[in-house]
Amino acid sequence: MSAPTGITRVTLLKDLRLEWRSKDAINSMLFFSLLVVVVFAFSFDPTAEESRQIAGGLVWVAFLFAAVVALNQTWAREIRNQVLDAYRVSPAPPNSLFIAKVLGNFIFVSVLEALMTPLFIMFYRLRALGPAWQLALVAALGTWALVVNGTFFAAMSLRTRSREIMLPLLLFPFSSPALIAMVQATTAILNGEGAHFWIVLLATYDLVFTTVCLLLFETVLNAE
Amino acid sequence: MKKAFPILGVLTALFLAYAFYQALWVAPTEQTMGNVQRIFYYHVPSAIIGFMLFFINFGASIFYLIKRNPAADMVALVTAEVGVVFLTVNLVTGPIWARPVWGIWWTWDMRLTSTLVLWLIYVSYLFLRRFSSSGETPLLAAALAVLGALCVPFVYFSIWFFRTQHPQPVMGGGGSIDPRMLHVLLINWLAFSCFAFLVCWARYRLEQLQREVDTAYAMESLRDPRRSA
Repeated sequence: MSAPTGITRVTLLKDLRLEWRSKDAINSMLFFSLLVVVVFAFSFDPTAEESRQIAGGLVWVAFLFAAVVALNQTWAREIRNQVLDAYRVSPAPPNSLFIAKVLGNFIFVSVLEALMTPLFIMFYRLRALGPAWQLALVAALGTWALVVNGTFFAAMSLRTRSREIMLPLLLFPFSSPALIAMVQATTAILNGEGAHFWIVLLATYDLVFTTVCLLLFETVLNAE
Repeated sequence: MKKAFPILGVLTALFLAYAFYQALWVAPTEQTMGNVQRIFYYHVPSAIIGFMLFFINFGASIFYLIKRNPAADMVALVTAEVGVVFLTVNLVTGPIWARPVWGIWWTWDMRLTSTLVLWLIYVSYLFLRRFSSSGETPLLAAALAVLGALCVPFVYFSIWFFRTQHPQPVMGGGGSIDPRMLHVLLINWLAFSCFAFLVCWARYRLEQLQREVDTAYAMESLRDPRRSA
């Protein structure tokens, strides 16, 4: 039970159960991205051709903003009743906690994406000219980049004034290489062009940032 | 610092005046762009100095993460602040030059975008330092600086392939430069490096004094809680 994987599993299951019962994060994320979809539809006429050009950016803006909603409450739950303090003094490895939180957020944001994609296709008349399975790959890699950075920065902004504003201020600039890659890859696939370069870049980004976040998380968790 | 600083200040001011004279009168006028090109002597040095300061920031942050040395943290803070100022100068002078020469204020070309993203990253670093209420702000900031430095190669690679169909009329892309212009550029770069060093030094000293004052206050209130109010 005290093995690192056991701690990860228990924390993840706890978070999933809490979310299953309250559905706070997923509901607010869904409604939020629905609002983004509607607001963007006001700003241009979503014909198939025009949508294809800007859908890459649009989809990721919606997911990015929605992800911030989930990421912001990642650690908030653990602060109440001093759970995080208890975790700090326990011998449990900090990275198990970090991985559990990242996996939890990854699941939440992926569910959101799965639910929102049909809406995007319907409202913006999207049809991929390239191989559509690559879109799933880009979505997985891009979501991972967002939630790894986001979970890390959320832990970092725990002890700042106006915590909820701090997270996007850190997350958006630091994820901009990944954002460029996600948006460019999505647009390339929708337009039937090759996206290999972007997918490789995104995978490298994921690998490097996951490693560094794991190396630095203990420092950040204990910085009090 | 009391003696050396005013002397160095005067020397730097003289050096800057000389560099100003060189840039406006001595350097030859560019054939096609005319006098507008002279902003180059401010635009390029500020970029190089900004990047140098961020590099020092990265080194100091790594050192802080390993040794937990407060001086390294102050160096990191100071270089990030001054670096953002110099990069701001670079980002402001760029469009001023681009408008008459390219006919547009801004283009999302490789260098412009990567510089802007770098600027955003270090501004958010300063935001964290400003907003953090924890006593371990230096540690968080050092961790963030490492991530920021890691972003740089990614930004560069992603922008490399980003809109390559655009013309890239940035100077220095294979074009040759008049040796006299290069000479003036070097003088300006040196003069502004001296200036940057002086500003960093003054800011470092200010931060040092601020921390001493904060510690003294904390000690005072420990000794006698009633007097600290």
